[in-house]
Amino acid sequence: MLILECPCCGVKAEETELSPGHEAHLKRFGPGSSDEEFESYMFARKNPKGVHFERWRHSYGCGKWFLAARCTATLEVFGTYPAQTSEPPPDIVARIKARRPEWEGCK
Amino acid sequence: MKRYSVFAIAREAMRHHTGWERAWASPEPRPSYDVIVIGAGGHGLATAYYLGKNFGITNVAVIEKGWLGGGNTGRNTTIIRSNYLQDPSAAIYEKARSLYETLSQDLNYNVMFSPRGLLMLAQTHHEVRGYMRTVHANLLQGVETEWIGPDQVKRLVPIMNIHGPRYPVLGALLQKRGGTARHDAVAWGYARACSAMGMHIIQQCEVTGVRAEGGVVSGVETTKGFIGTKKLAIVVAGHSGQVAEMAGFRLPVEAVALQALVSEPVKPCIDVVVMANTVHGYMSQSDKGELVIGGGTDSFNNFTQRGSFHHIEETLRALVETFPIISRLKMLRQWGGIVDMTGDRSPIISKTPLGNCFINCGWGTGGFKAIPGSGWAMAELVAKGEPGPLAAEFGMDRFRAGRFIDESVAAGVAH
Repeated sequence: MLILECPCCGVKAEETELSPGHEAHLKRFGPGSSDEEFESYMFARKNPKGVHFERWRHSYGCGKWFLAARCTATLEVFGTYPAQTSEPPPDIVARIKARRPEWEGCK
Repeated sequence: MKRYSVFAIAREAMRHHTGWERAWASPEPRPSYDVIVIGAGGHGLATAYYLGKNFGITNVAVIEKGWLGGGNTGRNTTIIRSNYLQDPSAAIYEKARSLYETLSQDLNYNVMFSPRGLLMLAQTHHEVRGYMRTVHANLLQGVETEWIGPDQVKRLVPIMNIHGPRYPVLGALLQKRGGTARHDAVAWGYARACSAMGMHIIQQCEVTGVRAEGGVVSGVETTKGFIGTKKLAIVVAGHSGQVAEMAGFRLPVEAVALQALVSEPVKPCIDVVVMANTVHGYMSQSDKGELVIGGGTDSFNNFTQRGSFHHIEETLRALVETFPIISRLKMLRQWGGIVDMTGDRSPIISKTPLGNCFINCGWGTGGFKAIPGSGWAMAELVAKGEPGPLAAEFGMDRFRAGRFIDESVAAGVAH
């Protein structure tokens, strides 16, 4: 069972309380952007086997969105952080590097 | 290759079964091939088989990281159907279903295709309208399906409770020619036929890199060294994104876990396949007597081949209401597979940014039923360099063009 700590309300929520929102830190493209940029924003996904940053919603709790760093190959959770960020915070990155020295960073 | 037949059985019975050959060879790789197929699952082996059978290309290697048929080919619930709403889907799945009908004779290998009939239950009024629409669409597509009422459903499946309080059965879409097949035998049969044509099936050989210069693939780096090729076909389901990254492009695909489970074996009690899409459960009975049960996918990205318990719980909770008889059955085994889901839940059979590299992926939760049709279409794409009529609509460029084959909306569920 996946357990994520919601950074908004502090509850250690288990999977049935949460809704996944897929890849985090997507750069948005809208009207005026090229077809390639828009396609890449809409559909192309990193889908890594390993460290993944993703959006979650504490839907049966406080209802707020937040972000999580998680390993898709082992289901290890590296930490959660607020949604109002454009890149993973340094403490999360440090924790991932400690656990996964071969990790190449957030591409 | 010695043919399997009743005479072969009689001959071997006389000599203590000492004359059976290995079904396929395990050769060491040659320095290069005309075509390399990455992935010896059903789709990869079928691609190789139809390359040989339809196009006479037999200098082919099928490279597999694990053992053949050990991924999703060995992990699905073996359902075969073609009752799709959208024309491109109906065409390729119906091609696959019709190839399944004669696959045992074609491969000289019993794949145990059992066209026992397939029901998709309508348990809400919305579903009734949706399936009636599908029946009309199938009529136009030449796919034989019909709408039946709850009384007929009850006659076909006496163990079903059609008056459930939450999910009453309001009717069903019936495809009489749908059914099941033995999933491992499909992979084994294709592998044996490929090996007989002189193709190399190389197991325990992981692709670690794709060597490409100037937009052209020259070969693949593997754990058994570099192997050169004139054309490359990537047919690796759950790990499509990883292999595509080696080749330098990104896919509109995310990998999630899909679970299935079987009960303890019981006497024959259900002789059709039943799918209940509102509650996300489907069930059939295997020849051993086990009830084979599947549900919806887990929802987050996952490569672990195991899923969350609460998804199984949801599936079984709903099925117990529809089939009260199963409420005390013990479940024997549960497992997961990694399925590659695209944005519109339809597969990709496509050219790639590399000129001589082709990809077949994105079958999501519905790959097994498509194996022969998918291999047929992929072989044509690889052999000619351009997609044929079956594959034309399934190009990756459909996401840029907004030309979706939107089965996620049409089916409303995993399909």
